[in-house]
Amino acid sequence: MIKLVWLVPLLPLIGFMIIGFFGKKLSKGLVGTIASGAVLGAFAVSLGIFFELGGQTEKSVTIDLFSWITAGKLSIPFSFLVDPLSSLFLLIITGIGFLIHLYSIGYMHDDEGFSRFFAYLNLFVFFMLLLVLGSNYLIMFVGWEGVGLCSYLLIGFWFKNTAYNNAAKKAFIMNRIGDLGFLLGIILIFVTFGSISYNEVFEQAKHFIGDNSVITAIALLLFIGAMGKSAQLPLYTWLPDAMAGPTPVSALIHAATMVTAGIYMVSRSNILYTLSPFAMEVVAVVGVCTALFAATIGLAQNDIKKVLAYSTVSQLGYMFLALGVGAYTGAVFHVMTHAFFKALLFLGAGSVIHAMSGEQDIRKMGGLKKYIPITHLTFLLGTLAIVGFPGFSGFFSKDEILAHAWEHNKLLWFLGVLGAAMTTFYMFRLYFLTFKGSFRGTHDQEHHLHESPKSMTIPLIVLAVLSVVGGLIGIPEVLGGHHYLEAYLKPVFEDSSLRLVHHLSHETEYILMGVAISVMALAMYFAYNKYVKNKTLPANEGETLNPIHNLVYKKYLIDELYENVIMKPINFIGEALHKVVDNQIVDGIVNGFGSMVTGVSGVIRKAQSGNIGFYVFVMVISIVLILFTQLF
Amino acid sequence: MITQYVFYFLSFLAIMFGLMVVLSKNPIHSVLYLVLTFFAIAGHYVLLNAQFLAAVHIIVYAGAIMVLFLFVIMLLNLNKETEPHKNVWLKLSAAVASGLLLVVLVGSLKNAEMIAATNTFDPNVGLIENLGKTLFKEFLLPFEVASLLLLGAMVGAVLLGKKSIK
Amino acid sequence: MSAIQIIPINWYILLSAVLFTIGVLGVLFRRNAIIIFMSVELMLNAVNLLLVAFSTYLSDSAGQVFVFFIMAVAAAEVAVGLAILMSVYRNTKSTDIYMLNKLKG
Repeated sequence: MIKLVWLVPLLPLIGFMIIGFFGKKLSKGLVGTIASGAVLGAFAVSLGIFFELGGQTEKSVTIDLFSWITAGKLSIPFSFLVDPLSSLFLLIITGIGFLIHLYSIGYMHDDEGFSRFFAYLNLFVFFMLLLVLGSNYLIMFVGWEGVGLCSYLLIGFWFKNTAYNNAAKKAFIMNRIGDLGFLLGIILIFVTFGSISYNEVFEQAKHFIGDNSVITAIALLLFIGAMGKSAQLPLYTWLPDAMAGPTPVSALIHAATMVTAGIYMVSRSNILYTLSPFAMEVVAVVGVCTALFAATIGLAQNDIKKVLAYSTVSQLGYMFLALGVGAYTGAVFHVMTHAFFKALLFLGAGSVIHAMSGEQDIRKMGGLKKYIPITHLTFLLGTLAIVGFPGFSGFFSKDEILAHAWEHNKLLWFLGVLGAAMTTFYMFRLYFLTFKGSFRGTHDQEHHLHESPKSMTIPLIVLAVLSVVGGLIGIPEVLGGHHYLEAYLKPVFEDSSLRLVHHLSHETEYILMGVAISVMALAMYFAYNKYVKNKTLPANEGETLNPIHNLVYKKYLIDELYENVIMKPINFIGEALHKVVDNQIVDGIVNGFGSMVTGVSGVIRKAQSGNIGFYVFVMVISIVLILFTQLF
Repeated sequence: MITQYVFYFLSFLAIMFGLMVVLSKNPIHSVLYLVLTFFAIAGHYVLLNAQFLAAVHIIVYAGAIMVLFLFVIMLLNLNKETEPHKNVWLKLSAAVASGLLLVVLVGSLKNAEMIAATNTFDPNVGLIENLGKTLFKEFLLPFEVASLLLLGAMVGAVLLGKKSIK
Repeated sequence: MSAIQIIPINWYILLSAVLFTIGVLGVLFRRNAIIIFMSVELMLNAVNLLLVAFSTYLSDSAGQVFVFFIMAVAAAEVAVGLAILMSVYRNTKSTDIYMLNKLKG
């Protein structure tokens, strides 16, 4: 099966090509079948690879496909690296990706861009698989850029709306900033190690002696790339705006692909980070700050998708916190569980929006429990998973991260728990406002309320089951379980874990767990008290809020800050350069040359009399002159 | 000694007939003077032990090319002195220009360093045997290409010579 | 006994130069395209003569082979050139090159 790994990205690519070229001629059912089938096929192969890899002793297999770039001493093969990390990501991407495809068949059914949508989705999955499978940084970079392109295409899918287009551009440009860092990192890796293939780089890095400031620089540059792609402070603002795309796209970007790319890249390069404590410190601090910051914004949002978007940013912050404190397995574990419940929540939100005929404001919802029971139940399970309710998948992964954070630095742990409490609060706020209470929408909307079709609810159910049981592969030792995931991923993080010693007594772990659970319960109680018992509603537009609430509601005015501090000056400079340098100087020079040629040729043209005799005469004279100057 | 005199005589003939080609008013006379010039040049070839080349020269130039010229002139009925006169200044400038060219060419000779004949003199160079060997060994490809050139010229001439190309 | 052993090569160069210049003079001097054509032939022959002279001087037959090629090219040139002249004459009823000034810029 491992030998067939090239099939995994190839199938979605073929799907993309068929749908992209012939999509208009095919029926909707066929398009949906091809697209979903391609990803399902990739999932089947990935599953085979996962189990084959688990069963064999050779944990890292490189499949050479062809020689890609050869120039001087630079030789980059196009090859795939199959190891526990990439095979796990393959499963997440193709598995969640397939469910989202399935869901989209129902969700996008009435959209005129149906086939275009599926072509983009397949392309998205293809690039993400390329990113994960590549055996060197360049292939990863290709996937990385491709994912950025597809996110642009999908966020701006409804391109007739200017605001959506702006959101797409924002995502693209924010990502570019990060990509520059990533590219510089790759170049620095090549300069330092003379290779960009993972195996060679990590092998050399292991024995790297001397000044590790180069490693720190590499790690930080790569992290800038991860910041852009995984929406960390300060490059996170594109992710909430990315809600402009269709809801399945949000699910795909937030859960299975795109944002996890940064986590994947850092955990892939774990040895480089382990060698540079400073870079790890930066990663951890940025992560925890993002987690807290986004969580506070999430507290005050009224758009169902915006809340989920900020929760994604926040959860990504947790993953980087995990990476920063050396809990690589924890980060990957959280990527996986987060993929389950965040996909579930987004698809659930999509189902709610579908039922509400496009309404996204939770102030206009309420009491949906009895109208859309399946969505309600699965959404509740997803919420419990994300807040870390004991036994659900989020609990185990979050607990692992927090335990490592405690070990590393008590303050990081405290902030992490605070963020978790806020997560609990806003998630239950969202849940209560949406499903409990009485309906607050218009009469028309109430009349239309209906459960979504099967193709939408089945993915919800599957994801709900995964969200509940997904954590079981990572039950920590302290609870008497086997951390299967840790064992599976061990070969990838072996070199790092040798350098990072973990020791935490069981008692401490129990206490930490207890604290986390009680904080979560407390936050849940507050949310219940406020939104169910007292039936408080978020303030309507235009109502005066207290200054802090207002600031949070306006997302700390970060967008405005960026606009004023970065965009306006750049626009001003651009305008000035355009008016003065371009229009006056550059155009002046270019036009000057043009008019000079016109003028001179107008004069010289007269010499072209058409008289051959004269031409010959001039020729002879010229020959004489040339001979004269050359010979004497 | 006789060789030397023959050389002077032939050179004199060549230059004189050459001038007559340019200066005579009647095109037919020009052609005939050119034929004589070619004969003088052929004489030079003989002096230079290039007998075969001299024969070919007579056959191709005097025999074929010049006949073609004569044929065209007669066909176009140009044998009268129909040529309108050029402006005197133009004639003068033409003479001055060509005179300058001659001066420059001759002047350049003065500074030129003569390469000495390296190998010993071989009187057989101009014989058919030697020429044939060189032609078909070293210059086989150009020889074949030349045949293509002639073919192309022939086709072109036939096409151009047709009354009207539709 | 060859002439080249008695007569210095410079004389041949001089003779060729003179013949060549006469050709140039013809081109500049005359208006009749046919005469100009013949002047061009004269120039070609001046070069031929020089090639033969040097070929004999250096005892290298390559020079004489080149003369063959020049003859072939000249024959082709004359055939095509005269054909062109014919069609020019057919159109303008003249072989005066001063009539052919349509290439005015």
